[in-house]
Amino acid sequence: MSEEKKNVLRLSDITMQFGGVVAVNDLSLEINEGEIVSIIGPNGAGKTTAFNVITGVYEPTNGEVDFLGKPIARNHPHGKMKKLYAGENKEKYLSKPKHGKKVLTLKPDAIAKRGIARTFQNIRLFKSMTVFENVLVAKHMRRKSNLFTATFKLNAKEEKKMKEECLELLKILDLDDVMDEKATALPYGKQRHLEIARALATNPKLLLLDEPAAGMNPQETDELTAFIKKIRDDFGLTIFIIEHHMNLVMDISDRIYVIDFGKLIAKGTPAEIQNNQRVIDAYLGVTEDE
Amino acid sequence: MNFAAFIQKNLPYILAGISVGGQYALIAIGYTMVYGILRLINFAHGDIFMVAGLVMVYTSASLPIYVAMPIVLVSTVILGVLIEKLAYKPLRTAPRMSVMISAIGVSYLIQNLALYITGGLPQTYPKIPYISDTISVFGAATKRVTVITPILTLVLIVVLVLLIKYTKIGIAMRAVSKDFETSQLMGVKINKVISMTFVIGSFLAAVGSLLYFTNYTSVMPTSGAMPGLKAFVAAVFGGIGSIPGAVVGAFIIGICENIIKGAGLTTFSDAFTFALLIVILCVKPTGIFGEKNIDKV
Amino acid sequence: MLNKKNKKIDIIALFVIVALLFAVDIIAEMVAPRTSLFFSVVKKSCVYALVAVSMNLLNGFTGLFSLGQAGFMLIGAYTYAILTIPSEMRDSVYQYFDGGLVKNPIPWPLALIVAGLIAGIFAFLIGLPVLRLKSDYLAIATLGFAEIIRAFVQWDKFGPLTNGSNLLRGYPTFDSLATDWFGSPKFSSTIALAITVLCVLLIVLFINSTYGRALKAIRDDEIAAEAMGINLASHKQISFIISSFFAGIGGALLAMHQSTIQATAFKSAMTYEILLIVVVGGIGSISGSCIASFLYIAASEWWLRGLDSGSFLGIESSLFRGGFRKVVFSVIIMIIVLFFRQGIMGDKEFSLSRIIEKIKRKKKTPEKKTEKKEVVTK
Repeated sequence: MSEEKKNVLRLSDITMQFGGVVAVNDLSLEINEGEIVSIIGPNGAGKTTAFNVITGVYEPTNGEVDFLGKPIARNHPHGKMKKLYAGENKEKYLSKPKHGKKVLTLKPDAIAKRGIARTFQNIRLFKSMTVFENVLVAKHMRRKSNLFTATFKLNAKEEKKMKEECLELLKILDLDDVMDEKATALPYGKQRHLEIARALATNPKLLLLDEPAAGMNPQETDELTAFIKKIRDDFGLTIFIIEHHMNLVMDISDRIYVIDFGKLIAKGTPAEIQNNQRVIDAYLGVTEDE
Repeated sequence: MNFAAFIQKNLPYILAGISVGGQYALIAIGYTMVYGILRLINFAHGDIFMVAGLVMVYTSASLPIYVAMPIVLVSTVILGVLIEKLAYKPLRTAPRMSVMISAIGVSYLIQNLALYITGGLPQTYPKIPYISDTISVFGAATKRVTVITPILTLVLIVVLVLLIKYTKIGIAMRAVSKDFETSQLMGVKINKVISMTFVIGSFLAAVGSLLYFTNYTSVMPTSGAMPGLKAFVAAVFGGIGSIPGAVVGAFIIGICENIIKGAGLTTFSDAFTFALLIVILCVKPTGIFGEKNIDKV
Repeated sequence: MLNKKNKKIDIIALFVIVALLFAVDIIAEMVAPRTSLFFSVVKKSCVYALVAVSMNLLNGFTGLFSLGQAGFMLIGAYTYAILTIPSEMRDSVYQYFDGGLVKNPIPWPLALIVAGLIAGIFAFLIGLPVLRLKSDYLAIATLGFAEIIRAFVQWDKFGPLTNGSNLLRGYPTFDSLATDWFGSPKFSSTIALAITVLCVLLIVLFINSTYGRALKAIRDDEIAAEAMGINLASHKQISFIISSFFAGIGGALLAMHQSTIQATAFKSAMTYEILLIVVVGGIGSISGSCIASFLYIAASEWWLRGLDSGSFLGIESSLFRGGFRKVVFSVIIMIIVLFFRQGIMGDKEFSLSRIIEKIKRKKKTPEKKTEKKEVVTK
């Protein structure tokens, strides 16, 4: 679609295998700056696993992930996986790495620092903290203070700026009136909002949303659609979404990837996907009466 | 020094090690089974073992040995189950840390109670006829218990393994250790299974105590702490939750510890056990026979 | 806005409480007879408060269940003693090791800091392999390290440094310092209080910094914390080192309180005792740990003494003999552990503003109820 736009995320031949189970099989995809891209597929298709590979929770068994043109993960089947490996492109990443080392694994925190933020399918808020603190924690990694200056409050300026930015975010997300409540005391929909606020507080370039509309009613879903578009524009984000609500996916996405049993079965614009026979067979046909 | 000479020189220590290893194994099973089912380090287990020793001291003072021994076994089992009902059951839904703290609290309580009853004085352990007798093995003088322990341990463990493999309660135990909630939903009577675990664990600890204290002159309120910790280390070493693992771990620890003592480094015999523990935890956290669990995100 | 005001109230309240503590202690030092158990209780509870707070930093605020506290206290206590025993005492203390390796003492405040630093260095080294472990494995590994440290300290080969399994004595204690400064052991407990307050304040400052928030995030959800850019390994390491630093200072303070130390005292039982204090005070509450330390020490060494010696609250019984106090005590602790799992403070801090708000709310509640009723009738 948007060839002239800068590439943000690229997955090349990603395979993720646990023991003998191939959760993601030879997945390649790319996302360009400013896009909203969705990944859909039946339950257990490997969507969240793909997210976990991108954010560094898992290291891929094979393939490479690039973020803003730089690799953030690269691997080829080695060790025990050498024998067990059941995916494709076994040899491709064995030699001649493009940049630096053959095997590259970054921890989730390092990847977050590069500018990828995420939300979780089963909400993971910091439950002992208030709404405000939940967001404030996300500012920690952008700190310039060190242990000494932070302990002795020599970073008052920075603290103040952090707090102001968080307050700003909470206002945008309509959470400022509950900022001193415990995060877990919020209703479900607000908790999802808070997760997004927390992710935004890390100043990401790419935002991964794992089923943001789960458990929402149609009206809330519509609001969410508008909201996601709004934050994309306001924060200059690129957004990658896992979602089951087809209305939302079709409304919001610039492009859609469909996977089933870990394999990419289709990609294209919402219109293309809606008319793709393979997708209808594999996915939409089954869930139509939902 | 060649191997034969090494064995020759260390024979008494190796024999003692096998014996102590068997005793550790009997205690370790209690740890490993409770951990397998409740995911709890039962810090009080070593103290249950100590109480068994004290009960033996007090009952044998007024009753003949052959009456005292069954009393020891029964009362230890009752104590073990009682602790579970009073201190762990109320915390079934609490975070794991709370239950572990409760276990530490129970350990503290039992030790203080023992301190009060004994007045803090070491209690002389009775001589059990036959097993306390001195015999000679390959030219090394030792007590008969040294030979009896490994044999008895192995017999008991084979019985236990068969029990777990073939009886209904054994199958329930394995189910619960795989998945607590699901087996509950499948109609397994969780509380019965847990009680049974404590019955078995405490019974074996009592047997272990009878054998262990035969080698020592007295029992003290803190006598249970170290053997308890070491048996726990053995359980971790072998892969916690695994019975064969616990037994292998216990024998390895018992033998190594006694060889170190033989080399004149008694101060380090305890430290060695823990060093071994830390090495195994860092290299293979699941132990020799343990299974790997992956946390799901 | 309301928040800022509350914060101010709490900070002022904190200073008032600290001032009150000092006032009570100083008045007691001036009025009460030297033999009063109060002073010994104050000193010991200061030591335990510091160690309990340091343990709480790990167990309560970072969610790392560590049982190595006694080991780090041991390091701190020995470092302090070894570095401060006066030259002329060394020949008699190290009588089996030719007067020992270290010949010249350093000033005691410096030795206190070094005690903490050495404990911190050990924590760094131990933390490298151990902190990757999860919950109970971490607990047992740290417990193991404490035992290993104890074995090494008692080893003959280190005798010239540690005096082997013999005790260390002759170093500056609270009493000797007070005697040096004021001519008598008067105000020795004030010295202990001052050092502890300083250390606890430092920990409080740390916990309230952005690092403290990051640690709480790790405690609540490691995966989410990592996704928010918090490096688990380095933050756990920071928490472990700081906790051990203060445990080391706590150990040194224990040495200052006791006037002699010996490695055999620093067994895992000591760690358990501190853990129970933390639980009684409330896991995740600094003020809880401090209050619980005082109650724990005062109850076990002072108030319940009668239970050991025949009569308690005027009741006499043959049950009341040596050791009964500890039995009663452990039963109380078990009751707290089982039925009052929150402890004294839960995970909250003592806060005047919250108390004020509660009182205000109580006054307001009748109004609120009527409001609700109105809504219902509408």
